[in-house]
Amino acid sequence: MTEQGVRWTADQVLALAPDSASRKAGSKLAAPGPWSGTGSSREGMVWGLCRGGGGTPYRTAVDVADGVGGSGPTYTCSCPSRKFPCKHALGLLLLWSGGEEAVPAGREPEWAEQWVASRRRTQEKREAGPEGSASGPVDPEGARRRAERRAERITGGVTELEERLADLLRSGLAGAEQAGYGLWEETAARMVDAQAPGLAARVRDLGAIPATGPGWPARLLEECALLHLLVRGWLHRERLPADLAATVRTRVGLPSSADGPPVRDQWLVLAQYDTPDPKLTTRRIWLYGATTGRTALLLSYGAAGRAPELTLPVGLALDAELSAYPGAGQQRAALGEQFDPPAPTGARPPGVSTREAAARYGEALRLDPWQESVPVTLADVVPTPDGDSWQLADAQGGTALPLTSTALLRPGLWRLAALSGGAPVRVFGECGHRGFTPLTAWPTGPGEAVRLC
Amino acid sequence: MNTSSELSTSSAWDELITAALLGTDRRTPPGAAPGRDAPTALLDAAAAQTVRRRAGLRPGHAAPRPEPAAEDPRPPLPGAAARRLALLLADRPGAGPGGRRGASPDLMELLPQWLTAVNARGFAAPAESLPALLDAARARTDLRPAALEFAGPRALWLARLNPDWRFALRAAPGGGPALPGPAEAERTGRLWQEGLFAERVALLASIRSRDPDAARELLAATWSTERAEDRLMFLDSLRTGLAPRDEPFLEQALADRSRNVRATAAELLSALPGSALAARMAVRAGACVAVDHTRDTPTLLVEAPHECDTAMERDGVSPHAPPGRGERSWWFGQLLEAAPLATWPARLGGRTPQQIVALPVADDWLSELHAAWCRAAVRQRDADWSRALLGAPSSPGAGGPGAVSLAERAKLLGTLPPSERAAWVAGFIAAHGLSEAFQLLGVCSVPWAAPLGRAVVDALNIARDAGSYPWSFSGVMGLAERCLDPAEASRLDALLAVPDEPEDASPGAGGYWAEAFQRLGRTLRLRALMAEELGPPTPGGRGA
Repeated sequence: MTEQGVRWTADQVLALAPDSASRKAGSKLAAPGPWSGTGSSREGMVWGLCRGGGGTPYRTAVDVADGVGGSGPTYTCSCPSRKFPCKHALGLLLLWSGGEEAVPAGREPEWAEQWVASRRRTQEKREAGPEGSASGPVDPEGARRRAERRAERITGGVTELEERLADLLRSGLAGAEQAGYGLWEETAARMVDAQAPGLAARVRDLGAIPATGPGWPARLLEECALLHLLVRGWLHRERLPADLAATVRTRVGLPSSADGPPVRDQWLVLAQYDTPDPKLTTRRIWLYGATTGRTALLLSYGAAGRAPELTLPVGLALDAELSAYPGAGQQRAALGEQFDPPAPTGARPPGVSTREAAARYGEALRLDPWQESVPVTLADVVPTPDGDSWQLADAQGGTALPLTSTALLRPGLWRLAALSGGAPVRVFGECGHRGFTPLTAWPTGPGEAVRLC
Repeated sequence: MNTSSELSTSSAWDELITAALLGTDRRTPPGAAPGRDAPTALLDAAAAQTVRRRAGLRPGHAAPRPEPAAEDPRPPLPGAAARRLALLLADRPGAGPGGRRGASPDLMELLPQWLTAVNARGFAAPAESLPALLDAARARTDLRPAALEFAGPRALWLARLNPDWRFALRAAPGGGPALPGPAEAERTGRLWQEGLFAERVALLASIRSRDPDAARELLAATWSTERAEDRLMFLDSLRTGLAPRDEPFLEQALADRSRNVRATAAELLSALPGSALAARMAVRAGACVAVDHTRDTPTLLVEAPHECDTAMERDGVSPHAPPGRGERSWWFGQLLEAAPLATWPARLGGRTPQQIVALPVADDWLSELHAAWCRAAVRQRDADWSRALLGAPSSPGAGGPGAVSLAERAKLLGTLPPSERAAWVAGFIAAHGLSEAFQLLGVCSVPWAAPLGRAVVDALNIARDAGSYPWSFSGVMGLAERCLDPAEASRLDALLAVPDEPEDASPGAGGYWAEAFQRLGRTLRLRALMAEELGPPTPGGRGA
C-alpha cells in the first residue's frame, strides 16, 4: 500500500470531531496558510506547526495508524484546548486528506518522534500491566464470593420486580397511564441498587411507553412480557443452555469480557454513531469481515461531553483481530491487534432482500428473544415515501420495510433520498420489530459510502 | 410490517391485551385459572406471543415508488472539490461562535463565489450534498439562484418530497412544469392562456431573452384583458432587450388606465433616446435650461415648469410631489431625467458634457440639475455623461461636482467599462482613503483589477500605520477577502507581522491588524486553492 493511499477523506476526518464547533474550527484550519513544517510518514504519522494567536506556533501531531493501541488515531498538540481532538489536529488531518501537496511525505521531526516513543512506552507498560497482575497473586475464592453476593442481590431485585409486574397486571395497564413516570423511576432505582443496570434501563423504558401514542397498551404489554421473560431466565439460569444463560446475564447487566478466540479479518467499517446521554456517550461501530462474512459491534464510551476515544470512519477497512463477547446471538466484540493502519476501501458488504432481512431478525430472536434489531445490508432498495412515513422497497418485487420513527427524524433520511433519486441503492442498517434504521448507503454504480447517521 | 396474521393468533393477542388493560382481577386471561397466578400466566402467554409475533414479521407491501429523478448530464465534481463543498457547507451559521475576529477564513462567505465558479465549469453536485445545499439556499436567499443551478434536477426532485424545500420549486425556472422550448408554439400558447401568474411571468421572460419581438407580440395579444398589476409585471419584462421596435407598443401603453403602467411605459420610452416621447421630453426639458451670457462667466439658468399639463402627465410625469418637495422642482427633475442627454450639447452652445457640468448654475439649482442628469446618465447608460458627472476621482471627497452622492457615483460607475471603473475607484481610494469607498467597491468587477487591489491594500496599510482598529474597516476587509485577486496574496506577507505601536495608536490595534491581514492572506490562498481544485473553466460552461 502506498503512503498516498492511506490518506483519509475529509468526511472521515470530520467524523473524529467531538462536536460541531470543533468541526467548524477544524475546517477553517484546513488551509495551508497557518501551517508550516507539515509532513507525514509511511508509518502513519502526520505532523505540522500551526501559527495561532501568539508567538510560538503549536506543535500538532497525529498517529493515524496507532498500531500499538489499536484504538484509532491518537493526537498531541501543544495548544491549551480541552477538546479532543483539538481543532489543530482536525485541521492538520483535513490538510493531509487533501493530498501530497499540502502535507508531503517525509521524516518526522524530533519532537514528534519523541512523542511517539514516549507514548509507545506508556502503552507497552499498560499492556504489560494486566498480564502481570493476572499472573500475580489473585484471590479466586474472593472473586467467587463477590460474584455470589452480587447474584444474590440481583435475585432479590428480580423477585421484587416480578412482584411489581404481577401487581400491575392484576390491577390493569389502564391504570399505568395515570400512575405516571414516578412509579417506574422508583422501580428502576431499586434495580440499580440490586446491581442490575440492564433491568434498570428496561424498567425506565417502560415508564415512557404510555406517552408514545396510539397502540401503547400493546407495546407496554410486550415490554412487560419480555421483562418477565428475562426475570424468569435469570431465576432459572442454571437450567438454560450455557450460551442463553450468558445472554441472560448480559441482558440483566452483569459485566462480561470478550473471551472469544481472536478472529483476524479485513474489517470494513460499516457505520459509526453516538448515542449521547447526560452522563455517558455510547459509540457504536459496526464492522463487516470481508472473509468471514461476520458482522461485529464495537462499543466505546466517553464521559459526558467527551467523544469516545475509538474512532473508525465509515469507508475504511482495518486488518485486525476481533474477539467476541459471550452470549448467544450477540454481535459485540472487542478490537484486538491491528496489523495495518485503517485504509480507505471501495469494498461493500453483500446485501439481501427485505424478505431475507426480516427473516434474519426472526432467526436472531431464537437465540436472543430480547434482541431489538439485527444489522443487515439490503441489496437493492428504493427509498419510497409512504404517506407521512418512508419505506425501503425492494427494486424487484413488491415488498418493503418501513423506516423506524428514529430514522424519519434524522437528516440522514434526506441524504439517503438524494443519493437514490428514485433509483435502487444498497443500504446497511438495523432491522427490527420497529422497522429499519438506515445507517450507511452506497449508490448503484461507483461511489463512496455515504453516512446517514 | 405484517405479522404472520393467522386470525387465531391475532385474536388471542387481542384477548391478552384486553385482560392486561382491565387487570386480571376483573378479567381472567384466556387459558388461565383465576386467582393469584393469573398475572404470571398472562405474562407467560404474552411473552410467547410477543416473541412469536416479532419472529414472524414480514416485509409489507411497497408503496408506489417515486418517479426517478431526471438525469443530470453534467460531469461529476472532482474529488477535492467535493470535499471542499462538504467543508463549505459544514461551516453553517450557528455552527459556532460568529463574529469577524480571528485569523481564519469565513468559509460561508466564500460559498457564493465557489458556486459561481463551479457553475461556470458546469459540474454536477454530489447527490449526498443536496440536502445541505438546499438548506443553505433556504437560509440565504442571495445564494438561491447559484445553489439551485448547481444542485440541478435532482434537487428539484427532492424538493417535491420535502415541504421545507418548496422554495426551490418556486425559485427555479422549470421547477413547476418545464417551460416550453422555442419550437413548442402550442404549449407556449396554452401556458400563456392558462398558466399561473408566476408561470406566465417566467414564460414571458424566457421568450423575451430569446426572441424579444415574439415576447412583445405574445403580450400584445392578451394585453387588454390582463389585470392592472399583471400588466405592470409583464411590461417590466420588456426591460430585457429593449429596442426601438418596442416603441409603438409602449406608446400605446402610455394611454393605459393604470398610472403605474403609464409611468413604467414612459420610463422605458425615455430609455430609448430616439423615441417620440424622448423627443417631446427633450423639448420640454430644453425650455427649462439656458445659458446666461450676460454675466462675467457663462452661467446656467434654470426655469422650472409652472404647471404639469395633461400631455406631460400622459408622458409619465407624476404631478404630485412627495411631501417636502416643491412641485416645480419635482416636475423639472422628471423632465430632465427623461430627456435624451444628447439634447444638451446642441442646446447649450456646442459644449461637451464636461464643459456643461463645469458651468456655474444660478440660484441654487446646481444640485437639482446635476442629480437629474445623473439619473438620466444611469437610465440611458451614457458613459460620457457619467464620466463628466463623476469628475476626477481625486476631486475633493463628498462635496464633488454637483454634490453627487456616493450612491449616485456608484450607479454612474456602473455605466463605465470595468477597467475604467476599477481605475476610478483606485484613484478615489488613493485620494480619500477607505472610509467612503465601500459602496463604490461593490460595483467593481471581481476579482479586482491589479491597480484597484493595490490601492485597497495600500489604504489598509495606511490605516494600520495610523493606529486605528481594523474593525472600523471590517466591511472593506470582508470585501477584500472575497474580491482581491488571489495573486495578490504574496503582497500581504510584509503586513503579517505585529508592528510596533505608535504612541497615539489605539491599544492593541497592531495585533488585531496582524490577525486581520493573516485572515485576508489565508482567505486569498484558500480561494486560489479552491479555484485550482475545480480546474480551468470549460468552454461549454456558463461564463462567470
